[in-house]
Amino acid sequence: MAARVPVQVSPPEVAASVRALTRRFGDRTVLDDLDLEIARGEFVALLGRSGSGKSTLLRALAGLDDEVEGGLAVGESVAVAFQEPRLVPWKRVRANVALGLARGDARARAEAALAEVGLTERADAWPLTLSGGEAQRASLARALVREPGLLLLDEPFSALDALTRITMHRLVLELWSAHRPAVLLVTHDVDEALLLADRVLVLDEGRIAHETAISLPRPRHRDHPDLVSLRTTLLAALGVSPEGTA
Amino acid sequence: MSVLELETEVRAGARPGPRPQSRRLPGRSWHRWISPLVLVVAWQIASATGLLPTRLLAAPSTIAATALDLVRDGTLPTAIAVSLQRVLAGFAAGAVAGVGTALVAGLSRAGENAVDPIMQMLRALPFFGLIPLFILWFGIGETPKVLLVALAVSFPLYLNTFAGIRGVDGKLAEVARTLKLGRAQLVRHIVLPGALPQTLVGLRQSLGVAWLALIVAEQINADAGLGYMINDAREFLRTDVIVVGLLVYSALGLLTDALVRLLERRALTWRREFLSR
Repeated sequence: MAARVPVQVSPPEVAASVRALTRRFGDRTVLDDLDLEIARGEFVALLGRSGSGKSTLLRALAGLDDEVEGGLAVGESVAVAFQEPRLVPWKRVRANVALGLARGDARARAEAALAEVGLTERADAWPLTLSGGEAQRASLARALVREPGLLLLDEPFSALDALTRITMHRLVLELWSAHRPAVLLVTHDVDEALLLADRVLVLDEGRIAHETAISLPRPRHRDHPDLVSLRTTLLAALGVSPEGTA
Repeated sequence: MSVLELETEVRAGARPGPRPQSRRLPGRSWHRWISPLVLVVAWQIASATGLLPTRLLAAPSTIAATALDLVRDGTLPTAIAVSLQRVLAGFAAGAVAGVGTALVAGLSRAGENAVDPIMQMLRALPFFGLIPLFILWFGIGETPKVLLVALAVSFPLYLNTFAGIRGVDGKLAEVARTLKLGRAQLVRHIVLPGALPQTLVGLRQSLGVAWLALIVAEQINADAGLGYMINDAREFLRTDVIVVGLLVYSALGLLTDALVRLLERRALTWRREFLSR
């Protein structure tokens, strides 16, 4: 990480803390003096239109951006699952999950993680032979096997078909309940955010333009009246007028 | 659509009238043997009738008999052993040099700045043109021959390995970063395996050019090996021996190519299983 980003160890109750974060690409300011705090174990969904800076923020938190300005404090362990699963094609699924783990129990830990995402029998498969859903499960296993304090999910379900996506939502909730990492889920699917998150943020022009906490217990039903009204609010915040009106 | 299917369609289309597409393509591959066989038979007839004098080209039957004799009296095995040794030594040296410089240039910007301009300059030299210098520097023994092969081998391996390293998917490098892989681990798990397919392309090219360099090197002042056998035969107008030598050269070339393809299939299983799905 670049020297001009002061990295502090975050206080114990906070999984990630962002202060006055700014990122410019030439003349364009993508993140504009942004503040954000994610509590330990909190599930946060980040919505925003294309180009609103969602992925830029996630990359900054993942430590992949050396040119952000401002304060960024994340805990020791951050794991990322990307939109494309980004499995290493020349390593079998098990080796992908175990990549970067300290030797010794790496294999056992990888297999345990694969069992958790239901991929035990594909442990010896080559990544290119996996279906989209399987590859995304493997990618989740690779992130979770590190027992992260902060799990960053960059639109991991957007390329999956609708049925697989429902299964993956359940899986993510199960894994989250079992391991309790803080999660930042970047998505542009309002329903996904409503079903999964404790808190939904809307990013617009590099700032957090809207913020809603959802305290409904999970599993949630998308037709719940609270969610229906929230959906309208969030869509409005995203600049989409509700159905049936001009 | 695969190339094979396309070929069938083109061939089917060349025939008059509509024709159901044949699915037994592999079974018909003997068709491809007809024209070479006709050529050999014509050659044999031309030789037998005196139309093609032995001084220009020996008959196929003579060549086969000569090959057998050369094997029996040990001339051919000895010559092959000597030539093979030269190619192996030159190839080993060239491969180490080519892959080594590619690693230096590929893995750091400073390395690229130091190595790449020199390699690009050397690559522009016609390396067969270096033979006179090599003879002045190293005499006429084994050294200039092995070095010529090494030089020829190193460039395709350098260029391909370098391109392979630089072509590794940046997204995988990001994954390595999020997985907290160190630089050595990044190189070992991501960069080198990622560059391997391209390196193997370079390996095939370099083995092809290795045999070519050997043939040229053996034309000058050799006292053993296939090139010597061929040159010696020229003195005595033995066109049969010359052709045997040429056939052995091409057989050895095909053999090494097959070896690399075998290696490719073993090293790139992760790709093959995907392609054959």
